[in-house]
Amino acid sequence: MDSYGISSLALVLLPLLSFIILAVAGKHFSPKISALIGTSSIVISALLAFYIAGGYFFEFGNISGAFTKQIIMQFNWLQFTNDLSINLGIVLDPLSVMMLVVITTISAMVHIYSINYMQGEEYFERYYSYLSLFTFSMLGLVVSVNIFQMYIFWELVGASSFLLIGFYFTKPSAIAAAKKAFIVTRFADLGFLIGILMLSAGAKSLDFFTIIERLTTPGSAYLANFSGSFIGMSALSWTLLLVFIGGAGKSAMFPFHIWLPDAMEGPTPVSALIHAATMVVAGVFLVGRLFPVFAISAPDALMIIGYTGAFTALFAAIIACTQTDIKRVLAYSTISQIAYMMFALGVAGWGADKSEGFTASMFHLFTHAFFKALLFLGAGAIIHAVGSNELKNMGGLRKSLPITHITFLIACLAISSIPPFAGFFSKEAILSSAMHSNPMIYYVGLFTGGLTAFYMFRLYFRIFWFKKPEVHAHNHEVHTWFMNVPLILLAIGSVVAGLIPFGHFVSANGEPLELSIHLGSVVLPVLVALTGIATAYLYFARESFRPEQSVARFRLFYNWAINKFYIDEIYLFITKKVLFNLIGRPIAWVDKEIINGAINGTARLSMKTSEMIKPVQSGRTQTYAMFFMGGALVLAAILIFKFV
Amino acid sequence: MIPLSHILIVSSALFFLGVYGFFARRNLITILMSVELILNSANINFIAFNKYLYPDKLDGVFFTLFIITIAAAEVSLALAIIINLYRRYNTIDIEDTKEMKF
Amino acid sequence: MNGTLILFYFLSAIVLVFAAVSMFTRKIFRAAICLLASLVGIAGIYLLWDMDFIAALQIIIYVGGIVVLIIFSIFLTHRASEKLARQSLIRRVRAMIIAIAGFVFTAWVLLSTQFPEASPASSNQLSVEQIGIQMMSYDKFGYLLPFEVISFLLLGALVGSITIAIKHKKI
Repeated sequence: MDSYGISSLALVLLPLLSFIILAVAGKHFSPKISALIGTSSIVISALLAFYIAGGYFFEFGNISGAFTKQIIMQFNWLQFTNDLSINLGIVLDPLSVMMLVVITTISAMVHIYSINYMQGEEYFERYYSYLSLFTFSMLGLVVSVNIFQMYIFWELVGASSFLLIGFYFTKPSAIAAAKKAFIVTRFADLGFLIGILMLSAGAKSLDFFTIIERLTTPGSAYLANFSGSFIGMSALSWTLLLVFIGGAGKSAMFPFHIWLPDAMEGPTPVSALIHAATMVVAGVFLVGRLFPVFAISAPDALMIIGYTGAFTALFAAIIACTQTDIKRVLAYSTISQIAYMMFALGVAGWGADKSEGFTASMFHLFTHAFFKALLFLGAGAIIHAVGSNELKNMGGLRKSLPITHITFLIACLAISSIPPFAGFFSKEAILSSAMHSNPMIYYVGLFTGGLTAFYMFRLYFRIFWFKKPEVHAHNHEVHTWFMNVPLILLAIGSVVAGLIPFGHFVSANGEPLELSIHLGSVVLPVLVALTGIATAYLYFARESFRPEQSVARFRLFYNWAINKFYIDEIYLFITKKVLFNLIGRPIAWVDKEIINGAINGTARLSMKTSEMIKPVQSGRTQTYAMFFMGGALVLAAILIFKFV
Repeated sequence: MIPLSHILIVSSALFFLGVYGFFARRNLITILMSVELILNSANINFIAFNKYLYPDKLDGVFFTLFIITIAAAEVSLALAIIINLYRRYNTIDIEDTKEMKF
Repeated sequence: MNGTLILFYFLSAIVLVFAAVSMFTRKIFRAAICLLASLVGIAGIYLLWDMDFIAALQIIIYVGGIVVLIIFSIFLTHRASEKLARQSLIRRVRAMIIAIAGFVFTAWVLLSTQFPEASPASSNQLSVEQIGIQMMSYDKFGYLLPFEVISFLLLGALVGSITIAIKHKKI
């Protein structure tokens, strides 16, 4: 194996090594040493990721004009038939290399940040070991060769996110949130598993690239396996839809979005890593991996993805406008932005002029990682300084948190897609690809962009400008340089990431794609964003009557939005009243009374029978003798009449 | 000549008298006496068969000899047990010796 | 109708009647004595068939040994004068049913069997010398082995009855 192979293997396994060391021996180390072990392994992995990215994109990846996959190593784990096997391997292609860079960079930033943020925590080493486990799982997910390998790492990601969300395990709300996250995503993963099984049954293989090849050549025999149809969609569409459901669970699409706001119970750096940049994009990554199959052989599934994404984006943005907890606003913002990525994939197609959506989605994934992580880490700094998550306790923090202020502003501008920040380029690409394919989705995306700008700047103005007399004004940040450095680095990323010619590197079929910016189509989104910013300024920069006035005018709708459209209550109702009462209780009754009763009844029956038979052993000699004599007579009679 | 079946009927009557006595008596010694009757009926059978069917052989005689001997030994042992039982329980009623049961 | 027949019926009547009395009576002494009479009757039957040796044995061992032993043990268990208790009625009925059923069945089988023709005319005396020679010989019709085995049995019975019935001295 050459140096790239070794470095990719090292990249994936270093976090695993760090997890094992910290999990086994962590409590014998001082917190400094565990932080050192955890952070250094991730930083080395990040450097290796850059090295591999450089090598792939500039040296060996480009074969005859297109970036193709390079399987670095593959190990045959379980062989079912000639074709069907579960392999474990590492593959480098544009998608996975980009994800490697994103994951390791953001994870490194979070590790450095946590040195200050989690200082003094009781279970410090455990935190770092969980972070390493999560990073390892996510890295394994993106380099998977085989869809089952991806499922294994998918579940591992879910498990480590459970551990991280429930990190403050003495708080009941944290435990409940961790359970909710795990159960909702696990439930969605059922769809994923069924989809995997159906895919492997039809395409007779579990290898990603074999599946893609077999199901995208028109007229192949494997496509004929999927020819049955059900309510108007072919079997292949249903299979891919089931796979998408698994992705929708992890990526918090409606109606599986309920776990993400609750997952804010975890520590803020965890939210930055998991719920901004890495785990929640796993669903988008999955659809991206199987994109050729979606686009060529099941375009109706892709259409459903598009509509789901667009609806979720609008839905989450509306709720975000009313929330008062800073982390909840950011959570709903994440849901909304990931929905952008999803519907960008949904409006894309196959072919030179239609595949812009794929590149746009991946581009947005890349830039979003930077500014969303920055937003979360900045929120962490604010929470650290103020001591509370609620907006009503914050205000006028411009003077006391200067670095946080500047970086937060950069992130807000990026997410509102103001040029020349990163979000502008990626969101532009999404909107332009939507405009060409599906105008309704374009308008929804446009309106949601305006809402995005509005609620993000609502947050910004409320925290940093709104004058509150009792907020202290001395500078907190001189003590926490480990928190400041990642903020600065991520802010630089949010500025320059948009300038990378992304289409050169990542596209649906590997060939370089030019993402052009038409000035005409750019103006409208920017104007909408600026309107949102201005509205937010008017409402929130100072003490103003306007918020209450608007709330009073739209009282009913406001109530719905602030209660998250009662989706959680609906879920609770269904599970408690319907599932538990109507299905759970009768089944429990049957189990306890009938099945247990049958077993107990058998035992009671045998005991009763033995009680009835016992008196035969009465101890009376003459009774025994009588039976003996009677038996002998009967025997003699039988023998005599039979044989004589 | 006495038909053999008559003799055998006599001996079986004796046998079943002994059987009745074994089932219906309460005192252990009377039960022992019933057993003696049963043994004696067998003796009569042996002698009868020897006399009527195999007059030139002596096997029935020997069997009877041995049965008498063994009956003697058995009675002595049984009486020893009965005496022991009487010493322990102060009764030789068979209805009071029901301890070997469930 | 010759004398043998009448004598046989008379003797079997004695045997059966005294046996029945022994089984049904409620006085234990009467049962023992009736048993004694029944056994003497059986010895008489043996004599009728020229089995004098066996008849002598019967009187000596059975009557003079076993019944005497029974009478001694009746004394030892202090039950000589009381009336014996009766078994419950159901028990007696059941016993009667089994006994009668058995007897009827056996009689029926016996009456319907064809016994091979016998020739008891050859009434050779039972010679004790012949018995003695056959008992001590070990050829095909010899009974040496059973003789030895029975001697073991008698030894065992002797030792055993002493062991069981011995009264342990309290120190």
